[in-house]
Order: sequence, then C-alpha cells, then structure tokens
Amino acid sequence: MTTQSLRGDAVGIEQVTKIYGEGANAVAALKGVSLTIGDNEFFTLLGPSGCGKTTLLRILAGFEQVSAGKVFLFGEEIEQLPPNRRPINTVFQHYALFPHMTVEENIAFGLKRLGREPAEIRARVGEVMEIVRLGGFAHRRPGQLSGGQQQRVALARALAPQPKILLLDEPLSALDLKLRQQMRVELKQIQENTGITFIFVTHDQEEALAMSDRIAVMSQGEVQQLGTAQEIYERPNNRFVADFIGDANILAVTVLGDDDGSGYRRCRTAQGMEILCAGSGAPGSTPHVSIRPERIAIGAVGSMADGIACDVERVVYLGTNRQFLVCLADGLKLTVLVPNALRAGSELQPGDKAVIHVPPGTAQLLKD
Amino acid sequence: MAVPLPAGSQQETAAGLSGRDRLLLLAPALLMITVFLILPLGFILVYSFLTKGTYGGVIWEFSTAAYEQFLFERDLFTDELVFHASYLQIYGRSIVQALVATTASLIIGFPTAYYIATRPPSQRNMWVFLITVPYWVNLLIRTVSMLFIVRDEGPLNTALMATGLIDQPIRIAYTDFAIGLGLVYSYLPFMVLPIYAAIERFDFRLLEAGHDLYADRWTILRQIVIPLTRPGIVAGCLLVFIPSLGSFIAPDLLGGGKNLMIGNTIALQFQSSRNWPFGSAAAIILLTLVLIVLVIFARRAQQAAVASGR
Repeated sequence: MTTQSLRGDAVGIEQVTKIYGEGANAVAALKGVSLTIGDNEFFTLLGPSGCGKTTLLRILAGFEQVSAGKVFLFGEEIEQLPPNRRPINTVFQHYALFPHMTVEENIAFGLKRLGREPAEIRARVGEVMEIVRLGGFAHRRPGQLSGGQQQRVALARALAPQPKILLLDEPLSALDLKLRQQMRVELKQIQENTGITFIFVTHDQEEALAMSDRIAVMSQGEVQQLGTAQEIYERPNNRFVADFIGDANILAVTVLGDDDGSGYRRCRTAQGMEILCAGSGAPGSTPHVSIRPERIAIGAVGSMADGIACDVERVVYLGTNRQFLVCLADGLKLTVLVPNALRAGSELQPGDKAVIHVPPGTAQLLKD
Repeated sequence: MAVPLPAGSQQETAAGLSGRDRLLLLAPALLMITVFLILPLGFILVYSFLTKGTYGGVIWEFSTAAYEQFLFERDLFTDELVFHASYLQIYGRSIVQALVATTASLIIGFPTAYYIATRPPSQRNMWVFLITVPYWVNLLIRTVSMLFIVRDEGPLNTALMATGLIDQPIRIAYTDFAIGLGLVYSYLPFMVLPIYAAIERFDFRLLEAGHDLYADRWTILRQIVIPLTRPGIVAGCLLVFIPSLGSFIAPDLLGGGKNLMIGNTIALQFQSSRNWPFGSAAAIILLTLVLIVLVIFARRAQQAAVASGR
C-alpha cells in the first residue's frame, strides 16, 4: 500500500521495553517494540488483553515511563516529557469525564489549561461539539448523559485542543453493538476530516479491520505483524496472527517442493492431502498453514472436477453464511464457510458425502 | 425449592413497615434524644430567662438579665446599662481560635487523608486504625501530657535548648498557641476521616485525564480533586470547628484559664460565679451560632446538589 510509505513519521517507537516489578517478580509488558506511525494515519494496536497494547499507549500518553528505548514525536524525543507537556490527548476507556463539570466545561478544560482566549475557547468548543454531534448538551453534566453521549464528550474533550496525536483506549468497548458499528464509521470520518493521527487500541479485530490504515497485531509484549487490514488478514505471517484475526483452519504440513513456477509451494498435510501454499518454507521443514474457511469451495459429489471427497459432519446456519464442518477421507477436519447467497452446498445435510476444493495459494505458510 | 413470595410482600418487609413497627424501632433513639438532649436543652433555654439565685440555682422569676449581661454592664452608681464588649471579645476570640484550629487541621489532615486513601487497599484499614489510636486515651490525660511536653521545662524546650537552637525556653504553655495546638491534636481525626472517605471514593483516573489535558499538579488539585472531595472537606471542617468553638479542656488546661473562651466562660458561670441563668444564656448563644453555621452549610450543599443535577 502506498499510504504508509509516503508519509512523514508522526510517531517513532524505538526498541521500547517496559518492565514492571523487580528481580524475580519482574514482568516484561513490552519487549523491545519498534514501529513508526505516519502523520494522518489511523493506526491500530490490536491484541488480546495483556499483550502490551495499553502499556504502549500509556507510554505514548506519558502515564508510564519506558524501561528502555526511545519515543519520538515528529522527530523529537519525548519519553522524558510529562503528559501535560505532550501535544497528545487521550480518549479513555471509561471516558474519565469530570463529573462536576458540564459538557462544555469538560470540553473546554484542555483549552483553558493552554491559556487560550475565552472567545477562541467558546468557538472551538462549539466546533468540536458539532463534529461529535453533541449540540444541545452543552450544559448537561456527564451523569445525565447516556454511555454513547459520554463517549462523544470524551472524544470532543480530547479533540478540542487539536492534538497532534489522538490516543483511543478501547473507546467503543462499553457501547452496545449497533452504537459501536455506527461509531466506527464516525470515528474514521472524524479522523479523515481532522487530519489528526489516531492511535487506536482494541482487542476487537473487527473494529481494527474496519477502521485502520495499518494494524500492529501484538501479543506477549511484541509486535507479531504490522500491515494493512488486508495484509494481516490474507497474509498472516505467524500462527498467532492467523488464529487471532478471523477464523482459520490451521494445519501442520511438510513442505515437499520448492517454488514450482506458480509461485506456490507444494506441501502435504499430516494426513496426506497435498496443497499449494503461499509463503516461504524450506523443503522438508514442517511449518503450519492457515486456510481461511471462506476460501474453500464445497459442493455435492460430482459438482467439481478436481474436488476432494469428504463427509459433512455439521452444518450451522449463520444468516449471511453457512458453516460446514467436513471430515476428509484421511481424517482431516476442516471448517468451510459459504455465503448463503451462492446457494453452493445448500442442499448438503450432516452425514452427506460432498467434495471440497482448496484453490492454489489459499493456504498461507506460517512461521510458528 | 423456596416458594416465591408474592411481588408485594418483599417490599412491605423492606420499606412498608407499619407505623407501629417503625415507631417501635425508633423508640430507643427517640427516648435517648428526648431525655438527654431535648429536655436538658429545654431546661437551659428556660433557665436563661430566669433570675439567678444567690448560691447558684435559679429563682423562678422571668428575667432577660442574663442576655443583657452578655452585652451590657449595670453601672454600680447610676444603675444604667452600659455597653461592654468583654463577652463579645471572648466569643470573637473563640471563633478565631476555632477557625485557626480548623484551618491547621485541614492543612495537616488533607495530605494525611490523601496519603491513606492512596495506599493499597490492604494497608488502608491499618492507617485508619492508627488515626484512631489516640482515642484510646482519655482526652484529659492527652491534654495534660501535651502540657507537660510544651511547658518551659518540658522535653520540647529542653531538647531545643540542648541542640543550641534556642538559649531560652520558648513560652508555649498557657498561650493561645498552646490552645490551638491542643484543639488540633484533639480534633484532627475528625478532619482526616471524612476527607479520607471522600478521597477513597474519588476516581483517580480523573487525575490522568487532567494531566493529559495539560493541567499541572496544582491545577488538578484545585480544579478536580478539591471540588470532587468537597463534601468530605466541609464535613471535616464542621466536625473540627464546632467542638473547637465550645471546647473546654484545651483552653482550660493549656491556656491556663487565663484567656477565657466560650467553653470556660460557660463552665465558670455554673461553678464559681454561680450565675446559672447567664451560663445558660451563654450556652444558648453558642448553640445559635453553631446552628447558623450549620444552616448556611446545609443550604450551600443543597444548592450545589441542585446545580449538579443530583
């Protein structure tokens, strides 16, 4: 993608390590994380709880000190600056709105601390309240607002001082599904309209895929993969990423042959099925591969020329899709996902014989 | 399996007590308050409007002499009422002394409470427990020991002289400063505990939010911490100010009874002066002052609650 290479770096994180506790109790929350985030980018730190994503965010905000490493903001080292001297604002997970202040006072708080003129503050507060669509709530207090409205106030409060970077710590996790989906679209729009670099922390892969320019998938204090949504979904480079992002059939294989000209490697599963896999692996090595369930085709016996015979074990109707659990003749079990709109395999019932087809390159070789 | 109760019955046991049951539950408290608070206060109010007996006690004859005596003196020769301010001065001094003690308690108590509230939860109870330790010793004994510490030949002055910081003992005992010291020492826990309770409920994530929005520590304290712990601060101030205003032991022992305060003045009337009506009147005036302060704070608290929409 061109989006990442053409921009100047807004944030540079260099070999950042964070260790909590001392001696035998020491726990490394971040193990030498390095990455750069471009200006105007919607960047997401994605990972399960305890992966270090929130620690990294808190280091950027200035609430935590690095144990080692450097943090740059537009080329300037900032790891020694206290939070109130960084042009970075945060939308907190639980909003942390000031309960004794009105919506207006909450939003104006940062601007007042920056010593802006009252007229300018009023104008800016009105402006951000328009952006987050909070008109008419200026004199309410946080306690009188719904969760979604509080979320908007938190966003407005962080946007008002026009920070260079906006940090968002799982801001949507407390909202219900409909509101969450709506806010995803709005957040992305706000990011594009304001041109502020957003760094978004979430454990929700769907959220990450829907909004981000780039995603850093984190686990155990390390970045597992960094790339666009499409890259990390379609070309996961290790087992963790393949497993964490979306559903995947993960199989152990043996690499049989080198690149045969098609760009794919011939591999054999433990049960003996041969597939053409994308990615790299030395012949004779035994890595894992990931096959996305929706990439496998399924049909009644005879519907495909080069189909592999299998037994349908289970069929789950999921609305948009239909999920099949099939068992191949060699005992290998695979999950297959077919859009109901395609009607493919709609007549199949558990216990039926069927055929599947794994197109060349749909299996991705993983590093363990 | 338990038989589900009809929907209404649970409510009835919780809130819907019959009038008679409620009265029965309240009776012990009501009885205590009536016998030991309302009745004595009634006596004092009535006594303040009676004529004093020669050897103490009262003569049952209506008189406003006690209240006149508070502001005026009967000239021995002309028998005219002449304004005199000595009792007003005593009240004024007591109010100033109580305000100073309250301020000092707040300055010491707030950081203490903040410290305790920011300890790990497992340690907090121990700290609160330590705050209450002085209460295991009788107030009189504590005050006398303080007198021993601060008197001219006491360990404080001896130590200061031994280090060569001073060459003469600092006069602390029997001064207003000693009274203030005694008041702060006596009532400091009443400041710490309500503030601690307020800070413990404080959402410390707001500090990060403030810090993130360019506020320094001082601004965070003023704009976020103090406004949100104000109920605890007000409660602590009232709990120190009110007993300080009418305190008796500290001014009597540490002040040497020289500079009279309200508490001593009242005590004096029932003891050596044998002027029960005046003592009663002085007590009623003190009570009125306290009630005025309480009403003002109650009003402001109510206004604040309305303003914040709660």
